[in-house]
Amino acid sequence: MKGKATDYLVLDQATGTYHENPEQMVRDDVEKHYWLNVGRAIAKDWRLYVMMVPMLLVFLFWRYFPMYELLGCFKVSDTVLPVSEQLFCGVSYFKRLLVGGDSLSANFWMAMRNTFLLSFYGLCFGFPMPIILALFFNEIRSNAARSVYQVMTYLPKFMSTVVMTSLVTMLVKQGSIIGQMGIVSQALVKLGLITEEVGNAGLLNNPGFFRAIYQISGIWESAGYDSIVFFAAIIAISPTSYEAAQIDGAGKMAQMRYVVIPCMLSTIVIMLITRIGSLLNIGYEKVLLLYNTKTYVTADVISTLAYRTGLSGGAGTGIASAAEMMNNVVGMLLVIGANTIARKASNTSLY
Amino acid sequence: MKRKLEISELIFKIISYFLLTVFALMCLYPFVYAVSASISGRHAVEYSEVILFPKDVQFEAFSMMFGNNMFWNAYSNTLFLTLYGTVWALGVSIFGAYALSKKRLLFRKFFNFFLVFTMWFSAGIVPQYLNYLDTQKVFRSVGIMDDKWLVVIAMGMAAMNIILLRNAFENVPSEIEEAAIVDGATEFQILNQVYIPMSKSTIATVALFFAISRWNGYFWARQMISNQNEHPLQVFIRLQLEQYTDPEQMAGWNRAYASDSVIYALIVCSIVPILIIYPFIQKYFAKGTNVGGVKE
Repeated sequence: MKGKATDYLVLDQATGTYHENPEQMVRDDVEKHYWLNVGRAIAKDWRLYVMMVPMLLVFLFWRYFPMYELLGCFKVSDTVLPVSEQLFCGVSYFKRLLVGGDSLSANFWMAMRNTFLLSFYGLCFGFPMPIILALFFNEIRSNAARSVYQVMTYLPKFMSTVVMTSLVTMLVKQGSIIGQMGIVSQALVKLGLITEEVGNAGLLNNPGFFRAIYQISGIWESAGYDSIVFFAAIIAISPTSYEAAQIDGAGKMAQMRYVVIPCMLSTIVIMLITRIGSLLNIGYEKVLLLYNTKTYVTADVISTLAYRTGLSGGAGTGIASAAEMMNNVVGMLLVIGANTIARKASNTSLY
Repeated sequence: MKRKLEISELIFKIISYFLLTVFALMCLYPFVYAVSASISGRHAVEYSEVILFPKDVQFEAFSMMFGNNMFWNAYSNTLFLTLYGTVWALGVSIFGAYALSKKRLLFRKFFNFFLVFTMWFSAGIVPQYLNYLDTQKVFRSVGIMDDKWLVVIAMGMAAMNIILLRNAFENVPSEIEEAAIVDGATEFQILNQVYIPMSKSTIATVALFFAISRWNGYFWARQMISNQNEHPLQVFIRLQLEQYTDPEQMAGWNRAYASDSVIYALIVCSIVPILIIYPFIQKYFAKGTNVGGVKE
């Protein structure tokens, strides 16, 4: 920090000599004893700092050490040696993934595309559903009836990912010697949406259906629960707003257009931005539980690709780390960007 | 005076009732079907004669499940992980969040960033796996041979929950704390007797979040717990699904019920406990989404 000369020295008019500025002496003193003062403050409040230690250690060991482990993406992977002793190999893994021209590179681009598409479709189809549901809930005047509907739609949220995917797997399973195709597949055949062969082969074995199954099961699982926040925004609207609109002669649709939607808008914007921020953090668990070797073309995302190449006997942990590194960096930029926009747009930042 | 409904309003009302009913029934149907299929006879399940109601009712799939020691073992493992995992994570979070909520904490911004950064950037599966392997080695070397403790201690901490708690603690009026200090309360007493009672509902919400993520935890439990007897319920369900839906393995199946019924029975068994406690936790669940962690 640069200051003016007079900050440090003052001219003594009587003797014509310069003295040290007494304020600066105080500042110097503070600076000289900065760490001492820090130490004193910590010693005085030591209980507060001790309370924080377990949390800091947990985050250090199991959140920050893996980030150090991530440096393996620049090293020749050798699981026997610790990362610090592995040989440096620069960006060769990144090069191989991005422009390698081999099957690994092709898989990487396929996974990148799938990651984007699954999130993007989630944004297009999964995001509006809770809003629509909340508008519908608002139409039900009887509290008891609304509660019944709400409980019914929240219900799928209480299943774990494993149970949910198990149920989905069973409902669209293939036909075989141990039983006919799943009940949902049969319904789709009856409705003429799919042919019998397709249903018999199992919808989860068909790459063309993976995205649809992923999105529909996502809506089934969380649309009801996600509508809570939007419904809360609707009931927060003051009844006087409706009355004013009615006096102005607004019908139901006009009220919806000019009262409900504008009042929900800030909630919608915040939720949308959060959603965009987590665009690349696709839940790998669900994909891992639903996909199989036949549906990699549409189902494989970066995390599952990294899992296969890094953990279950693939090309190695180094190249898998490189793939995840790229995914995570882009993801982080999206989160920070979305957060900045949120702060600008609504004066609330999410983190 | 009751206002007359306009035509557009009436139409919208009818449409919303209709679509809501359809959606709610669609949400509910898989559960009803799972229950029916789990107690229907073999022929009815295999030839899809079960649509909504059970047919040729049998309870052998359930009794086989209940007679399986591995099932109860998996259940008790899940209870163990949920209980200890929640207590550990909640304890660490409350202490940490309390310290972070204090304005007088030095380097507060740095510590906050230390937490928040983990929400922006996570290392990913592979580095985390290598890290857990190292942790496992360390745990083994100090004599903790049980991988369950690795899952309890190393996993499931969430920065978001700590921030929710921190915000709740910040909203406690500082006058109350000052009064407690005047009365000679220690730091721990202030936390225990002022802050925790005053933010009970947020703590309950956060505890619920931790408990749910523990109850549902699958991937890392499967990766890190090698001993089959220590598998939690979710891993058990998945392994059973992989086994029972494999036509080749099930070709010689000669029970009075379909192999599918076993899976459905398992699914029902894992949902029922949650449905029983659902009415009690519902209000905390709804609250959690409203808290939202919004902070200037």
